[in-house]
Amino acid sequence: MRVVAAMSGGVDSAVSAARMVEAGHEVVGVHLALSQQASVLRESARGCCTLEDSADARRVADRLGIPFYVWDLAERFRVEVVEDFVAEYAQGRTPNPCLRCNERIKFHALLDKALALGFDAVATGHYARIVTRGDTGARELHRAVDAAKDQSYVLGVLDQDQLVRAFFPLGDSTKTQVRAEAAERGFAVAKKPDSHDICFIADGDTRGWLTRRLGAQPGVILDEEGDVVGEHGGAYAFTVGQRKGLHLPRPAADGRPRYVREVDVERNVVVVAPADLLGVRRIDGEHVRWCGEAPSGPTRLGAQVRAHGAELPGTAYPRLSADGRCALEVVLDEPLRGVAPGQSVVLYDGTRVVGSATIRATHPD
Amino acid sequence: MPVYLDHAATTPVFPHVAAAMAEQATRVGNASSLHTAGRAARRIVEESRERLAAAIGARPSEVVFTSGGTESDNLAISGVLRARRDADPRRTRLLVSAIEHHAVLDCVEALEAREGVQVTWLPCDAEGVVHPEVLARELAADPESVALVSVMWANNEVGTVQDVAALAAMAHEHGIPMHTDAVQAVGHLPVDVAASGVDLLTLGGHKVGGPVGTGALVVKRDVAVVPLVYGGGQERQIRSGTLDTVGILGLSLAVEYAVAQRERETARLVGLRDALLKGALDLDLGIRVGGRWTTGDALGRLAGNAHLIVPGCEGDSLLYLLDAAGIECSTGSACQAGVPQPSHVLLAMGLTEREARGALRATLGHTSTAADVEAFLAALPAAVDRARRAAGATLGSG
Repeated sequence: MRVVAAMSGGVDSAVSAARMVEAGHEVVGVHLALSQQASVLRESARGCCTLEDSADARRVADRLGIPFYVWDLAERFRVEVVEDFVAEYAQGRTPNPCLRCNERIKFHALLDKALALGFDAVATGHYARIVTRGDTGARELHRAVDAAKDQSYVLGVLDQDQLVRAFFPLGDSTKTQVRAEAAERGFAVAKKPDSHDICFIADGDTRGWLTRRLGAQPGVILDEEGDVVGEHGGAYAFTVGQRKGLHLPRPAADGRPRYVREVDVERNVVVVAPADLLGVRRIDGEHVRWCGEAPSGPTRLGAQVRAHGAELPGTAYPRLSADGRCALEVVLDEPLRGVAPGQSVVLYDGTRVVGSATIRATHPD
Repeated sequence: MPVYLDHAATTPVFPHVAAAMAEQATRVGNASSLHTAGRAARRIVEESRERLAAAIGARPSEVVFTSGGTESDNLAISGVLRARRDADPRRTRLLVSAIEHHAVLDCVEALEAREGVQVTWLPCDAEGVVHPEVLARELAADPESVALVSVMWANNEVGTVQDVAALAAMAHEHGIPMHTDAVQAVGHLPVDVAASGVDLLTLGGHKVGGPVGTGALVVKRDVAVVPLVYGGGQERQIRSGTLDTVGILGLSLAVEYAVAQRERETARLVGLRDALLKGALDLDLGIRVGGRWTTGDALGRLAGNAHLIVPGCEGDSLLYLLDAAGIECSTGSACQAGVPQPSHVLLAMGLTEREARGALRATLGHTSTAADVEAFLAALPAAVDRARRAAGATLGSG
């Protein structure tokens, strides 16, 4: 097959590309320029689209003897990922831009361009497995063997059309194995630190970045009784379940820690409460994506609401929303704390990813 | 074997030049040393200087050897600006064409940003011609403020050749020196430094069948230049550093040979170029020719330059698809972090950013053949078709 190996400049995508070459595919390395200022050199280990990363990726491609190109998807990325991220926060929600990027950029803009140019598929260095069913030939998305590195959560937005065109050559390996293989292959990136956080927020300070984008909007923090217990610089920058960074002037009367229970951007108010008032059992999801066939009715599944969160048992109820779109309700067996609107709930059947939805609303019971 | 159509980027070293360099490479001798080995090296350097000067109508004493075109451009512009400004603090303005190579463009922009230099960008017409009347008008506005005029002899992207002699004459009317970047011109056009009247001329080795890392700045004896690098005081105190005897030999032999072959070779290349351009237009793909072009013209447009505007395409998609088909060419413009930027030359010629993104440059040289042109034309339609579909995929909001 003719395959585009997406190469971020990191160790994972380097080994992924090498394995695709070794498997006999005709591979072309492509680095995505996603930053508006691609010429900026890395200032820290964060990020995945600096000049240095592009040069690292090129060096690996040279060693593999494959062609290498930089594709400029910065404008698409800005519109579909960065602006969406800002808009979601402005509405008091907590988006995950990695899912968005996988759905709209890596397995849409990049994949479409690759297909148009005559390629058959895109390979990435994600830790997840694709299993082809013997009976139907359908592709299933599964958790990676390395539970600590598993990235199936951020791929839970991919549908069957996208999975058919995807390769994840690292799904059966541990990170330790991948680093060792990179060193064996003589890749200079073998010891390069993992990237963390959000690639377009270089210093990792999401709240500071949002304040620069949305402006300071001072307001008050209320407790569950409606009493003012503190102040904030903009309700949009808070996330349900958050404990750190509240800067409450006094401890609560009961001495227990307070968590963000509600972010109300209309009133520019943040409501805090003790942990036991944050439990969520019922999740309303929108923007539902099924990796394969949609469940026809209520189904017992595992639900995960954060990239590295635990998977909890529950029941998923596929529904039609008022406007005729596919919607999803998930009822957890036990209440879960820190479920924020805007996050994605990804559903699992064993190791298999069934689908995902964006959390629209949560309910305690 | 891939078809190499990127001679404007670099061109293979002539075999006899490579052989002469290889023979010299193992000999010892610093051309600045006084002993026998040093004198032997010195003799090669000075004979090379005479050989090079004779080939381009300059005096040997005017030739300053450098590491290539980029250094020569930087030395000419920074060096003359600083010397002229030292002599007369009012002279802080540069008149520079908008279609220069980045070696000039970025140097000028750096001086503007870091030293408060004023820059007047000279516009060009839709064919990339900088008209002498435009320069005359800008000069007349405030001649006392001007330190230097710099306009390239021939453009590296679209191949348009300027009337350098007329531009130099305009500058001289106000007593202002004229620099020209002739990297693409030497060996490909009749370049006679004395007849052109220019005060400084940049040339490089690897665009004429010489080695990369070699070049020269021709500097008239009465032009003061503040150095960029200081050291042993070689090259009239203008360019310190141990002389690269082997490289200088290669440079001079390549320029001498290219100049001697020029008329015959350009006649051959014009035939290939015209076949390529006509062939591309005849494909009925909406392709246009960038720059000035008349069939058979070897003087107004570089003989080896074929520049195409392919509407609805991203140049980098075309490059990938042609490379995959064994054809090596270029968009002609610079990359930023590997991402092709819309060419400042095409924008200056009045193209829109979208049009400029569809630029494709095929440049022919001494190894090019009719078979290369045929292979290019055979591969182009499928590449354009796919690149157009890819552009739709990337731009769509889908």
